[in-house]
Amino acid sequence: MSAYRPPPLLTLVHACAALLAAGSLAVTLYDGLEERRVALAFGVLITVGELSRRNGAQIREPAPLGAAAALSYALLGEAGGRATHHGPAHVVAVVLAASLLGSVPHIARGQGPTLDHLARRVLTVGFVAVCFQPPYNRGMFDDWGGPAYALLLLALLSLTALCDAVLAAALAHTRTGWPFGPVLRDELRAVCGIGSAVIATGAVMALAVAVVGLWALPVFSVPLLLAQMSFRRYAAVRATYRQTIASLARATEVAGYTPCGHARRVAAVSQAVGRDLGLTEAELTVLEYAALMHDIGQLSLVDPVPAGATAALPAAEQRRIALLGGAVVRQTGVDEAVAVVVERQADPYAEQPLAARIVRAVNAYEEKSREGGPGGPLTALEELRLATSGTYAPEVVESLARVLARSSLTLPVAG
Amino acid sequence: MEAVPARARVSIACAAIAALLCLLPLPGVPAPWWAVALLAALYAGCERVARSRFVGISHPAGTFYPVLLAGAFLLPPPAAALVAVPGALLSHAGQRPVALRRVWRAAQLVLGVWAAASVHSLLGGRDAVAAGDVPYALGPAGAAVLAFCLVLALLDGGILAVGVGAPPAPFRQWGRVPVRRAWRGLVARSLAPIAVHGLAGLMMAVLWRSPYGPVAALLVLLPMCVSWWAFAQYHRERAAHQATIRALVQAVDIKDGYTRGHSERVGQASMMIARELGMADERVEVLRFAGILHDVGKLGVPTRLLRKDGPLTPEERRVIELHPEYGHEMVRGIGFLGEARAAVLHHHERLDGSGYPYGLVGRQIPESARVVAVADAFDAMTSTRSYSRARPVAVALAELERCAGSQFDPVMVAALVEAVGRTGWHPAVTADDEKPQAPRVPPPGAPLSSRPGAHR
Repeated sequence: MSAYRPPPLLTLVHACAALLAAGSLAVTLYDGLEERRVALAFGVLITVGELSRRNGAQIREPAPLGAAAALSYALLGEAGGRATHHGPAHVVAVVLAASLLGSVPHIARGQGPTLDHLARRVLTVGFVAVCFQPPYNRGMFDDWGGPAYALLLLALLSLTALCDAVLAAALAHTRTGWPFGPVLRDELRAVCGIGSAVIATGAVMALAVAVVGLWALPVFSVPLLLAQMSFRRYAAVRATYRQTIASLARATEVAGYTPCGHARRVAAVSQAVGRDLGLTEAELTVLEYAALMHDIGQLSLVDPVPAGATAALPAAEQRRIALLGGAVVRQTGVDEAVAVVVERQADPYAEQPLAARIVRAVNAYEEKSREGGPGGPLTALEELRLATSGTYAPEVVESLARVLARSSLTLPVAG
Repeated sequence: MEAVPARARVSIACAAIAALLCLLPLPGVPAPWWAVALLAALYAGCERVARSRFVGISHPAGTFYPVLLAGAFLLPPPAAALVAVPGALLSHAGQRPVALRRVWRAAQLVLGVWAAASVHSLLGGRDAVAAGDVPYALGPAGAAVLAFCLVLALLDGGILAVGVGAPPAPFRQWGRVPVRRAWRGLVARSLAPIAVHGLAGLMMAVLWRSPYGPVAALLVLLPMCVSWWAFAQYHRERAAHQATIRALVQAVDIKDGYTRGHSERVGQASMMIARELGMADERVEVLRFAGILHDVGKLGVPTRLLRKDGPLTPEERRVIELHPEYGHEMVRGIGFLGEARAAVLHHHERLDGSGYPYGLVGRQIPESARVVAVADAFDAMTSTRSYSRARPVAVALAELERCAGSQFDPVMVAALVEAVGRTGWHPAVTADDEKPQAPRVPPPGAPLSSRPGAHR
């Protein structure tokens, strides 16, 4: 699963999206806009949603309002009691134009939405519109009851969200080479979070516009904006927390116990290995914090270990430092799991949790490759492989070898 | 646990009787029983789930008001008030006496919802909701939200004034609060969140009356739930973060035993000075962190030196004097600390330029560093060290005043003298005191000699 594929999928997805967008624009230009007022209102809302976009690796759905407005436009059957007549091409054209317009300031600042995001937006909206508008305009849902109709919209949006998650996971997999299963699992988990709010708002907006007209748009945006704000604050505090942990980890470097940047490098490589082994997002966070703080126990030593190279110490001493570190981490109020990983990092691998195995192997690799000079990385990996019996977990060492071979340690933005 | 005062029992009984009167059905108006039952079940369920999953997290608006307000917009006042009863009676009261708190909560919500529903129907809001006339429906709904908010604030403040803490956070303690303080900020704090809840309630009500029915109305709650979840996560993460900051300090304690609690106390003194100078709340908080973290660079100093008994050689002294720079190196990556980072670097500078690391003079020293320097010296004098006994607070303040101008900024010294003179010096929390519930007990590490002189 983890072999790196050249990205034909990527080109395929982008080509499909471009084709759909170009076709829709052509059809719309040829036919002209139906119900301009409605199109304009939704266009403005999508633009506003895009303007409030905030990019960042922590935020799965950077512009929830824009997404919800686009979906509800695709599902719009009537406005204020009068039936609408726009087709799928029309929907895609309006959404694309509004999204691009809203992205202008972001692009000017050099942090616009990625092509992947735009392609996904066009494809999902196109999918919903194609599924909904033609049957609706032909009157297929006319004799459905109100609640059943509401449930239909909800089901359609949920199906779309699932497809979108698969698409996003596939794109992330193609770009980064991370195994597909865990990436998909993380995407699906995100659907349950902010994704469900987007789905619900999309469906509710379409229904509410049908009942009360365009006034519903601003009113119904408020809860979603609130959710967006909460998520941002959550992401911001997580980022701050990460900074603090990284600083705590630097304490050993400042104190001269470990070489500069050691903790950070171990954390980066550990995360890459963790992804390769299919850890979830939450497990990766634990792994990252544990890797950052894995040397913290050395602070309790009266005299520093030479060059901070714990991997060369006798096993009992390694364990003692690990236990001291665990005691410090336990006091920090960080997730209990982090302390466990730090404590167990020097145990034989058969008794360790996976995260501790990763930290141990990566730490040893980092220390050995640093000592080795130019040929260091290869010799270090070889040493790790040879020492495998009981010390380093073979599957972790193999994964480390894969990660290093791929050497894509700069982590790209997911999906 | 103190006994509940009699006047508090009487007030709660009065509120409960008023609530029962509100619940009497209006003559000639048929009660829409299934809608009441559905909304009541929804409210009770939401309340249950929220409390059980997010234990210990107080939401600014407290509960699932959208459901209650949707009821107020949809139903006649007695029926709308009834919606709140099961949820409030089954709710998680947190502290004892549980029964009394639940009754109070139910009475409060019944009165609030009844007032909101009455205002709403008086202004003709129910017809607007039924007709889906949204720009018009916003008016009565706004008035109803205001009424709801006012009634809740009035009752909350009232019960505080007669001597009982209102059931959920933030008023956890049972105890009397001065009447003037009881109402302060109650309306202002709750109006914005309740207004958003009111908007969600209005949307629920409109969709409930529409052909799409209650199914569509339920969907409105989903974004609210999601945002609530994110909010709870935010609070949990923030608490963990604060604990981690403390851990940075505890790591210093591991190395440097005798300064136990010093960092927390310097943080407290810095906060007092900042408050006295009239700084904004956020800046006060940053200065507290500056005080807490000022010695974090000692992590970089070899433990052997920190624990050394007896005089230091000039070389050793120079190594120890590197700690501000080590500390700055550690915290400079933490964005939210802001000017606290400068305080960590410069807290050993002196006004006359004889300090370290850079020998800055007067105004060149950042303000935050001047605050922390005074707080640091004050705590060093009032606590017992291996080389000196603790001095009384008054003596320490006199000593600070003597050195003001040459070593310390006179403004900061004056502020500390003023603050200590007014409120006294209660070194409350220390790094090794893990029980913030008992803040009045002097921790084992805190010297008793800092208490006399506190209440001058």
